[in-house]
Amino acid sequence: MRHLLSIEDLSKMEAISILDTAHELARVSDGAVKKLPTLRGRTIVNLFAEDSTRTRISFEAAAKRLSADVINFSAKGSSVSKGESLKDTAMTLQAMGADAVVIRHSASGAAQRLADSQWMSGSVVNAGDGTHEHPSQALLDAFTIRKHLGLGANDLEGLTVAIVGDVLHSRVARSNVLLLSKLGAKVVLVAPPTLLPVGVESWPATVSYDFDSVIPFVDVVMMLRVQQERMVDLYFPNAREYSRYFGLNAERMKSMKQGSIVMHPGPMNRGLEISAEVADSARSVITEQVTNGVSVRMAILYVLLTGSALEAGSN
Amino acid sequence: MNSVDLVIKGAKLPNGTVSDICIQEQHVVDVVASFKGEATQVIDASGCVVLPGLVDLHTHLREPGREDAETVLSGSMAGAKGGFTALSAMANTSPVADTAGVVEQVYRLGQEAGYLDVFPIGAVTQGLRGEALSEIGAMADSVARVRVFSDDGHCVSDPLVMRRALEYIKKFDGVVAQHAQDPQMTVNSQMNEGIVSARLGLKGWPAVAEEAIIARDVLLTDHVKSRLHICHLTTAGGVEIIRWAKARGINVTAEVTPHHLLLTDDLASSYDPVYKVNPPLRTEADVHALREALADGTIDIVATDHAPHPLEAKECEWQEAAFGMLGLETALSIVQKTMVDSGMMNWEQVADRISLAPARIGRYAEQGQMIAKGSFANLVVINPTKSWRVDRDLVLSNSSNTPYHGHELPGFVEHTFFKGKQTVINGAVVSKGAQQ
Repeated sequence: MRHLLSIEDLSKMEAISILDTAHELARVSDGAVKKLPTLRGRTIVNLFAEDSTRTRISFEAAAKRLSADVINFSAKGSSVSKGESLKDTAMTLQAMGADAVVIRHSASGAAQRLADSQWMSGSVVNAGDGTHEHPSQALLDAFTIRKHLGLGANDLEGLTVAIVGDVLHSRVARSNVLLLSKLGAKVVLVAPPTLLPVGVESWPATVSYDFDSVIPFVDVVMMLRVQQERMVDLYFPNAREYSRYFGLNAERMKSMKQGSIVMHPGPMNRGLEISAEVADSARSVITEQVTNGVSVRMAILYVLLTGSALEAGSN
Repeated sequence: MNSVDLVIKGAKLPNGTVSDICIQEQHVVDVVASFKGEATQVIDASGCVVLPGLVDLHTHLREPGREDAETVLSGSMAGAKGGFTALSAMANTSPVADTAGVVEQVYRLGQEAGYLDVFPIGAVTQGLRGEALSEIGAMADSVARVRVFSDDGHCVSDPLVMRRALEYIKKFDGVVAQHAQDPQMTVNSQMNEGIVSARLGLKGWPAVAEEAIIARDVLLTDHVKSRLHICHLTTAGGVEIIRWAKARGINVTAEVTPHHLLLTDDLASSYDPVYKVNPPLRTEADVHALREALADGTIDIVATDHAPHPLEAKECEWQEAAFGMLGLETALSIVQKTMVDSGMMNWEQVADRISLAPARIGRYAEQGQMIAKGSFANLVVINPTKSWRVDRDLVLSNSSNTPYHGHELPGFVEHTFFKGKQTVINGAVVSKGAQQ
């Protein structure tokens, strides 16, 4: 594996091996000295052409715990926001000797363009491209689900996951549908018809417009962020109506299965897609997702830059 | 006839007969089974097919304004190489071709280049803004004798503006060539809306945004009894509407581009903007419907929508990239590959779809003539059994955005003649000023 661009490119075995590696690396993060020397002398660039503090910080922490040198190249104040082309930025990073570039970009396919071009030779990690994919988020979500509900197996066979909200514009949803189904879980997409893409019928998931009928049968409810601007584009009449049909509130949470969990990739709109009671409830694993994010991103960088994985139970 | 300037020997005419074609100055002076007289020059075309020179009704030559992408001269050379003897220069230049001054300039540049006829298309509305009619009469009566009017690149989306344009052009025997794209349904659209766009997370350009405009415009055309041409049809649904309109007797014609006859939307999976084009590449089912419609005549013509762009407009993220691809040098090969080699059309039909019919729609009287005694010597000699490899670094266009780089294509243009002058000899375009 040289790049991580899309979950589509990952085999089930590769995905499991990243999760296993993350599991082993998580033990480092739990220790008193949170650092491994693995990537000493390697340079990792965080190229964030779109605002995302949490993902950037997570990748930065992951790289630093593996002792890599980290350069942050963010949109605001950089040449990216001054109209420099992706090509010129890539060639600049190449000239600086970047071993890996973690890219967040508002254009779908930007990470793949970087990887397929001759502009640079390092590894490319897609940290979210437009409305296409966000593979590290899906991997940390799968890691979190496996940890809580994994039934001892290394995959997610037998589990059902509902992904609820703005599927149309969500790179998190695209990556999760592909990864969770690859790992054996059943995926149900719950959204108003306006926020599902034409062509969704070809995805390895079922679709429902009725959240209440789905809730009692799922092991995981994964809520997606809904942007307030969507109302302007006529995707739904107003925030109240959206919440009424597709929001996860305390009342709805009551019908969830015993042991089931609530997830959210953040940042949350409390009161719109998720109520404060739910976000802060015992079922919520939302802050744990953030913690696991660092371990999973360590695993991604580890696998890409060392060309090897850690087996479960290794030291 | 005992002595002629040139004889093309042993070529197969569109109707399948093998003949010798005698050319004297600008005209074909005889077509005989075996020419026995004297000729200054003899071209052996045995094994080749000879067609009337190709006529493109949809070309972006970029001059004036974007000479870095293409000029009338470079586009003319690319056209000659592809077997064309006439191009129609779209109006979306800078300044826009919405006045007699601009269309006369483009027409004159075409004449100066001398490789083929360049017929300017006039804008329907001032500045392509879709609001006020441009100087349609002035352009029609100018030296350029404009008959085709189009805001291509933009749809004439306001129904009242479209109605007025359709009515007004009747005075000039004109035709409105509509770029059928509902603008509100396609804000920031990037590719065909469907399974592939859902997967790639690229904003969809739904087929219905094309079909809704076509449906509206054939009804408007029927109502005011005018003449409508639909540019670059791409959808199976659009084909059905055209078929219905023709059955009803509505005066509508339609074109398909070579790329929509061959390429499909799954090519966007690479996110390589060389496949980004407007209207977008559609599905396999659409491609089949387009091929059938071209074969049965529902679609009248093939037009290239040749759209040159400089490197930087394509060496970037998909959503930042410009729409469009080159077409002139590869058009005939793509038509052979998709329509002739598949057995769907014969060469006579090819001659009709890419020479006779487009000349008829554009009212280009001296173009698109059957090869016969007295016709203008606008000819292309192609070797259908010789294939060639497309190399974007060797194209004659000023730009290199061909989607066929590295493709092995059938059908090689050996010779092109424009009014008796040879513009392509053995596959090579003659240098400017040296045309014979």
